[in-house]
Amino acid sequence: MSAPTKDSGLAWVGRAIRRVEDPALLAGHGRFTADLPAALRVRFVRSPVAAGRIERIAIPEGANVVTAADLAALKPIMPALHKFGYVPIAQPVLASGCVRFVGEPIAAAVAASEAQAEDIADAVSVDIAASAAVIDAGAALADGAPLVHAQAAGNLVVEGKVETAGFAAAQGAAHRLIAIELRSRRQNATPLEARAGHAAFDPVSGRVTLTCATQMPHLLRTAIADLIGMPEGELRVVAPDVGGGFGQKMSLVPEYVVLVWLARKLKSSVAWTEDRRENLIASFHSRDQSVRLQGAFAADAKLLALSAEVVANVGAYSCYPTTCAVEPLMAMAELPGPYDVRAYACVARGVLTNTCPMAPYRGVSRPVITTALERLMDAAAAEFGMEPVEIRRRNLIEKFPYTSVTGLIFDAGSYQQTLEIAAAAIDVPAFRRRQQQARSQRRYLGIGFAAFSERTGYGTPAFAARGMGVTLGWETVELAMDPSGWVEVRIGASPHGQGLRTTIAQLVADELGLAPDRIKVVHGDTDRTPYGWGTFASRSLVIAGGASVLAARKVRAKLKKIASHLMEAAADDIVLTDGVARVAGTDRALPIETLARAAYHQVHLFKGEIDPAICETATYDPPGTFSNACHACIVEVDPETGRVTIARFVVAEDAGRLVNPMIVDGQIVGGVAQGIGNALLEEIVYDEGGNILTATLADFLPPTSREMPPIELLHLETLDGTTITQAKGLGEGGAIGAPAAVLNGINDALAPFGVTIEEIPATPRRIRAALRQATKKPR
Amino acid sequence: VKPAPFVYHAPKTLGDALANLAEFGPQDGRVLAGGQSLIPMMAFRMARPAHLIDINTVAGLDRLAVEGDMLSVGACVRHAAFHRPVVEGPTGTLLSRVVRDIAHYPIRLRGTFCGSLAHADPASEWCLAAVTLGAEIIAMSRRGRRVMAADDFFEGMMATALAEDELLLEARLPLLSPETHFGFYEFSRRAGDYALAMALVTFRLQDGVIVAPRIGIGGAEARPRRMAAAEAVLAGRRPDTESFRAAAEAAADAVEPMEDIHADAEFRFDLVRAVTRRALERARA
Repeated sequence: MSAPTKDSGLAWVGRAIRRVEDPALLAGHGRFTADLPAALRVRFVRSPVAAGRIERIAIPEGANVVTAADLAALKPIMPALHKFGYVPIAQPVLASGCVRFVGEPIAAAVAASEAQAEDIADAVSVDIAASAAVIDAGAALADGAPLVHAQAAGNLVVEGKVETAGFAAAQGAAHRLIAIELRSRRQNATPLEARAGHAAFDPVSGRVTLTCATQMPHLLRTAIADLIGMPEGELRVVAPDVGGGFGQKMSLVPEYVVLVWLARKLKSSVAWTEDRRENLIASFHSRDQSVRLQGAFAADAKLLALSAEVVANVGAYSCYPTTCAVEPLMAMAELPGPYDVRAYACVARGVLTNTCPMAPYRGVSRPVITTALERLMDAAAAEFGMEPVEIRRRNLIEKFPYTSVTGLIFDAGSYQQTLEIAAAAIDVPAFRRRQQQARSQRRYLGIGFAAFSERTGYGTPAFAARGMGVTLGWETVELAMDPSGWVEVRIGASPHGQGLRTTIAQLVADELGLAPDRIKVVHGDTDRTPYGWGTFASRSLVIAGGASVLAARKVRAKLKKIASHLMEAAADDIVLTDGVARVAGTDRALPIETLARAAYHQVHLFKGEIDPAICETATYDPPGTFSNACHACIVEVDPETGRVTIARFVVAEDAGRLVNPMIVDGQIVGGVAQGIGNALLEEIVYDEGGNILTATLADFLPPTSREMPPIELLHLETLDGTTITQAKGLGEGGAIGAPAAVLNGINDALAPFGVTIEEIPATPRRIRAALRQATKKPR
Repeated sequence: VKPAPFVYHAPKTLGDALANLAEFGPQDGRVLAGGQSLIPMMAFRMARPAHLIDINTVAGLDRLAVEGDMLSVGACVRHAAFHRPVVEGPTGTLLSRVVRDIAHYPIRLRGTFCGSLAHADPASEWCLAAVTLGAEIIAMSRRGRRVMAADDFFEGMMATALAEDELLLEARLPLLSPETHFGFYEFSRRAGDYALAMALVTFRLQDGVIVAPRIGIGGAEARPRRMAAAEAVLAGRRPDTESFRAAAEAAADAVEPMEDIHADAEFRFDLVRAVTRRALERARA
């Protein structure tokens, strides 16, 4: 890290420097929750039935087992939402009276070792009078369906409705009405590290430290203190190295509440490490949705009106803080995507079922609604007899700022340009020739596009519009320079694989004229960092990064002031570069560490004009910004087996300024991998009784390196100044676009057979089932 | 994912191992060889053996040798031993081709050939090879030694003719004659996953027509099986696409498929048809 820096220039930003996080992780020196020693280990007893009344819990003699009866003083988890008819529902920390899904925690067995705790949990016998369960959202909405929560009539927990003025007229004016119905099966985010918590009581302070695999340490501290009824000052939450989250770790985990309660009660340290089976059964799920779309197109294939019906299976409870409304309501707000459509009607329902609760997962609803909308575009293109690229070209937004039909403001982007460069890279005309040749050899190739927007980096105004009980959004950063001139950046965001310690150091380095290796980013510890919301929703680089820059500018101003005193020059003439403060146009210069030392040890020199020490705080609460991208892929479908092979995958994306292009590429490739998993492989399957049939990684199938094609990446950088850093969020885009591109590719390949697949994952079994129905002989 | 309590035995000699089996086999004892199926099942507590008899410590069980016209595979020979052909001729090449579809490299380093046979997973490549090639299974106990035909050994899904006190000591594969053609094709969801269907075929050509065809199907039924009807279709025909399609159709007609979340019966008919034809095409190549 010896390259020159320049005053407020862009020397470090934009460079693919190596991640400071990686040496420790690669050498096996990472510190994860499960690495901590603990006096006691916990194993949870979980419900084996989907619905029923708990009649008796028989605990082996002498065993330490905690049940809901022990936790009677704790409040239930009850997130709030003040809009869209949301019905508040409560989740007891441990099941109390009844169970509502297979995997719901009923009791906690505590013992000296994990094996012993598991033996005890095994020996706990729970008598449950099973009752009728509803697993499928359609069944839950049917008349007379059993109720998951008595207060939610018809199992409807939230219902968003919108219809713009003139919708009916716009639809009536259509040249063609084209409908599509897409089914997205249930997913699990499958972070490499499952959930893990470790709560330790400190006899000196009386405080408990909860170390856990979380994306939101501060909010977790508030939530747990609220439920237990303890002052937040008695609880410290630490997120050490966290092995991925993807949203699964951004909700309150009932198991962690039990750990904190146990640590206080037993005055000891207690730990729980979730195994993969528990994670697949009982950690949060996502994406179990059906979307019906109808597009009203003009004769020139312009989309005049869009109507949508979204049904989201939200599981048995509501996650804190977003609530289970997050999926259906995000679907409603963002369904029109990047297309210029001025008439819109939507009904989005969240439906309770006796299944594992839903929580956000990379992309939230957008992988589903993007797939639906992009299928609609391809279906329309086929009707109009035009290329998928052409119908998108005619409908993508191109004037900015653009206010969407649902009132979202799109800042400048490159929707048309990313489509064009993706199409050029994949070479559509050449592909069409190869496709024809291949068909004559009974090989079926297809091309699939997905154009989409990714709403990122949004602050309190966007969250306030949702009406949640907790309005998330801003981030505060505290930036301190110590007397040796080293910098500590304390952030409330909580990276868990995103490389924020590297990218924020790059941003601050350019502001202060220092090399990034002198800048240490501190996160994931409520005792060491200012209150913040954590890392999710593609927000951290935009918001915490923006706040870091604001705080760094204050420090820069202070350093210049100190330098102006010490070198008797005007502050405006001071330039910070290469670790040195120079007086512009002279050879006078002082190392920045000399300024730092003076700020602490030589304050008398400043005659009261400069406060001692160097520590500045800044907060950033932006309106939000939209990234955009176009994915394009070529797939081959084996019609005899239904196997899909991805031959090429191109991503053309625009997330504004690339702070570290290597990290950007990693985010996109990882997201695309998860999107390919959604498109082809991953599915949580319940039987009719609510038992999960995919409880191991032999049955729930994330893609491996052997299923991944190389991803070809193309970058555009729209710099319009919407955010402080000119960078936009991009953490979710890969996962948002890939399922749509792959499904469109499959359907293009299947076109000669006259069948379509409108379901993800598009498994070999489903593709074969469709082909058996094929009426046409392939051309 | 901690196993239920069990007693661990590490015999040093075959005699001790058989004594352990005689005593603990009837008390829910299980043999531990590579442990690549048993240990995960124990971690999930789906298997709860009271005793584990570890044969990795018994000298001499990793013997892999040609004896006359048979290949002898000892109880502790790992999958990885077959990465390169273990014997000249089609048998060695066939085994080196089949082994590549068994799970992933680290698993192949630990898991054993005979352990796969004893576990009798319907999706096991080695079980299919044993049935198709007509292997002999040698079981040993304090009561004595007995030899079973592979076809008699496999009784159903994860069920074999092995008695509680018996050790699967050795499998013996008849060597294929040098001019034998073979082909293997497996369909699984991802690389290394369990087979949803697979076919292993062998045949010879005499005067341009197929003789002694063997068509084994695995992963589709509760146990691997040779498809006599499909073999009958193939015998005496030329090795052309039309013959292969007819044989594949016959195999699909004959199969009685399992159903699971990855494949219903209809899909398994499709797969059996596809893997049989493709295995035959590979055999011709």
